[in-house]
Amino acid sequence: MIPRALGKRIMGIKFEMLSPDEVRRMSAIKVITADTYDDDGFPIEMGLMDSHMGVIEPGLRCKTCGGRVDDCPGHFGHIDLAMPVIHVGYVKDIKRLLQSTCRECGRLLMTKDQIDEAQRLRREMDELGGDTTDFDMLTKRTAKDASLKTICPYCGAEQMKITLDKPSTFRENGHKLTPKEVRERLERISGPNPKTSMVNPQEDLEIMGINPQVARPEWMVLTALPVPPVTVRPSITLESGDRSEDDLTHKLVDVLRINQRLRENRDAGAPQLIVEDLWELLQYHVTTYFDNQTSGIPPARHRSGRPLKTLVQRLKGKEGRFRSNLSGKRVNFSARTVISPDPWLSINEVGIPVEAARELTIPIRVTAANLDYVKALVKRGTEPVDEDGNYLPGVNYVIRGDGRRIKMTTKNAEATSEILEIGQIVERQLLDGDIVLFNRQPSLHRMSMMAHRVRIMRHKTFRFNLCVCPPYNADFDGDEMNLHVLQGLEAIAEGEILMLVQENILSPRFGGPVMGAIHDHVTGIFMLTYRDPKFTREQAMEIVNRLGTGIVLPKPKTIDGKEYFSGKALFSLALPDDLTISYKASICEKCDSCKKEDCKYDAWVKIEDGELLMGTMDAKGIGAFKGKILDKIARDKGTTAAREFLEVATKLSIGAIMVRGFTTSIDDEDIPLQARKDIKKMLDDAISDVEKKVRAYNEGKLDQMPGRSMEETLEVEVMKILGKARDETGKKAGEYLGIENSAVVMARSGARGSMMNLSQMAGCIGQQAVRGERLKRGYDDRTLPHFAPGDKGAAAKGFVTACYKSGLSPTEYFFHSMGGREGLVDTAVRTSRSGYMQRRLINALEDLRVMPDGTVRNTAGTIIQFKFGEDGIDPTRSIQGKAVDLDDILTDVLGEEPEPGDDDREIIGYGEQEHDTEIEPDEAIEVEEEGGGGDYEGGGSGGGEG
Amino acid sequence: MVEFNVLEHELVPSHELLTPKEAEAMLKRYGITKDQLPKIRVNDPCIAALIDAGKDIKEGQIVKITRASEVAGVSVAYRLVVTA
Repeated sequence: MIPRALGKRIMGIKFEMLSPDEVRRMSAIKVITADTYDDDGFPIEMGLMDSHMGVIEPGLRCKTCGGRVDDCPGHFGHIDLAMPVIHVGYVKDIKRLLQSTCRECGRLLMTKDQIDEAQRLRREMDELGGDTTDFDMLTKRTAKDASLKTICPYCGAEQMKITLDKPSTFRENGHKLTPKEVRERLERISGPNPKTSMVNPQEDLEIMGINPQVARPEWMVLTALPVPPVTVRPSITLESGDRSEDDLTHKLVDVLRINQRLRENRDAGAPQLIVEDLWELLQYHVTTYFDNQTSGIPPARHRSGRPLKTLVQRLKGKEGRFRSNLSGKRVNFSARTVISPDPWLSINEVGIPVEAARELTIPIRVTAANLDYVKALVKRGTEPVDEDGNYLPGVNYVIRGDGRRIKMTTKNAEATSEILEIGQIVERQLLDGDIVLFNRQPSLHRMSMMAHRVRIMRHKTFRFNLCVCPPYNADFDGDEMNLHVLQGLEAIAEGEILMLVQENILSPRFGGPVMGAIHDHVTGIFMLTYRDPKFTREQAMEIVNRLGTGIVLPKPKTIDGKEYFSGKALFSLALPDDLTISYKASICEKCDSCKKEDCKYDAWVKIEDGELLMGTMDAKGIGAFKGKILDKIARDKGTTAAREFLEVATKLSIGAIMVRGFTTSIDDEDIPLQARKDIKKMLDDAISDVEKKVRAYNEGKLDQMPGRSMEETLEVEVMKILGKARDETGKKAGEYLGIENSAVVMARSGARGSMMNLSQMAGCIGQQAVRGERLKRGYDDRTLPHFAPGDKGAAAKGFVTACYKSGLSPTEYFFHSMGGREGLVDTAVRTSRSGYMQRRLINALEDLRVMPDGTVRNTAGTIIQFKFGEDGIDPTRSIQGKAVDLDDILTDVLGEEPEPGDDDREIIGYGEQEHDTEIEPDEAIEVEEEGGGGDYEGGGSGGGEG
Repeated sequence: MVEFNVLEHELVPSHELLTPKEAEAMLKRYGITKDQLPKIRVNDPCIAALIDAGKDIKEGQIVKITRASEVAGVSVAYRLVVTA
């Protein structure tokens, strides 16, 4: 066993600057030649791959520490630069220093009083515990004050204007300053003063935010360059035997070559021009060695044209060291494949292909109690099957006491099982009932990763119950999901108790169920219960048969000598015996006064003692996000009862939908010719109304609305007329779309689609809009060249009179696309923005926790909230976010129903978008918003998970 | 500008200074030291208002903030006064 880490704490991290001395001191070797390997493939002495800097080939030994590949961590080398170059990372600081110090004597351009004042501010801030940003601001302010001086208050020298020519050229009144000159000036700050032949005070640096003990300004101009160990930039040997060097090595080769040429030319007394050119080239290479995305210079490229990944690129961004390697880790014991549905599985289960189960293992420690069992397991080898050829778990590895792993093969299985000892660890393949974590990206809430029980199955996909689609937001158009096998007993126990699917039926997001029936499950349960249909014995058996054995059919009723089974009675099989609840179903027409028991739409649901007495089951009863019955069972009877209810109800639902049969097609939106004519009439009337308004506007006779301009008044009036027309056509079309219509069944029961969708298919699509206004952009004064300039009529500004079924005219089609485009852009913008917001929130909140005393604290024990959420209520156990459900308690205690709450908050159902359920305010501009609509979501993007 | 007492505004929760005894009891109740409390600066308008009202408030003292909470009715928090 690996010993636990020592109990040490990091008290702080200090950042210092590397001095050239330090670079040379920590260097194991001075690198002078740009060559890497000799013809035999050995590292060249004093070359970039010198063995003093560590080894990457097995067998060789490090010349510094003598370690082999795995022991030697690598050592730094260094390059002595022929001429100094500026470090790109410090240009801003160099600029600040140059501007705020004297060009001749090196003193900070501040009078004694100013210095005292700055020091006082600094001290004060220190005492009050200012953080780094406070100090940064103060430093910047002082630097600005100092740089405004034109004459040095100490030596009286006139100061010139220092500008920075990005990325790293400094100019004084337009004349170039070489890095050497820059360095000399930086040395003078707090260094020897040429005018007074004294040393400038150290305080100058402190005022400028530099601690002279650990960072001297002149170190910002490099004279020696550290060369990272070879282990940091290993070369790869390709199959062809060619060596391929790391990008950093490539860059260092460039630096060395130019450095060498620069030195030779300078020593040979070459013309100043040539030396300067080479010097600049060296500056370029060193700059790109640090950051290859420095603005103002072209990035250094590989021969293939790919930009090199240099130091900054290794660290920065999503693929950088921090986010990709330190915040994000890769794991073993995981699997990923395509998902598909399986209604026969429990919601707690996940189907795993045999191929995956053979690779995924759980470690078990051999004890006296399980020795015989484990021996038998090991003996089976790696791919055991029973006599029918069914999967049996085998063993992939045995880990001996000394930590050596023995890979199991068919050959050594028998022998290894014989020498198995107590204390060894055996890595057993997955077994039905094991606990695994199942996950789908993007993992936006905690229900995106839940624990399932394993079911090993044929075929190559992961399978799960359809009720679990909503929390994962999964569908089966090519989605893939990940699976992780828990390795420790504690992890398994925690997973089972906290993360199992049934434990997550209620969501902390809104205090209701996130799982539940979707699509056909809802349609099916509707067809089973709406107006209590009658089923023959055969049909009833058909419906009930998938529940398995032990089902007692309800008592049949006899009418006209024929016996039949009531759909509501069949549904009641799923209900717990003592459940009592009543509520309004999804199909509720929202009458002005609710007649409750006498509801003529069968929308008043009443369940007493586990018996559905009246009302229809639909999304409001068992649907995901909405299911009231599911919610109540989960709360009152526990998660197991909720799981059982959901499983039984959905099975009954499938039975019902299969007995009755269900289909929908485009002719579900057929309406009679007369209705079409009526709709056309309505639209024509509306359009002529609009024309009247437009005319009135043109003549200036429009009654101006308070607070609105004439144009705005017209727009509002027109939108009102057209919105009303759209609604009326919808209503008209709706008259012919009765509950016997499949599409209507789906919309009303809450299975899929809305009446709005249907009225757009059968009636009229309505006004298209961009940014909540009628379409207006395109050509001068008109949307398309098909219209007269300045036309403010309905058709010219994006009112679509057609329905989806009849098809759109070319101009309408174009307008519709404009509206649709806005929806797409909005979703794209929304996802990226909300993703970033979530990242910041997570980073801010990740280590907060609720303590046993109810306070919320961070890792330092500082109190963030004195009571979690101010009320100490676990949102999972809240009722739609409220701590207590008084109505429910009253019903329980008094045994009578309270008045149905009119303030029930509607929760958006599965696959619905916010705007589908939005109740539009009367005066609001009513427009169709397609959005990234549920209907098209991920439709064609097979394999897409995003 | 009319000067007014911020504490009288309906959106500003009530702030009261704890006596040393009360402060100690509170710290004991939560099992914490002063530095684990949320902070409030002396130049915070509410503290300034308290000082104007004649309270002598120095760094290290604790104020009790009682605010109306949508979910809990009334919620109480404590803050440690720190220098600006």
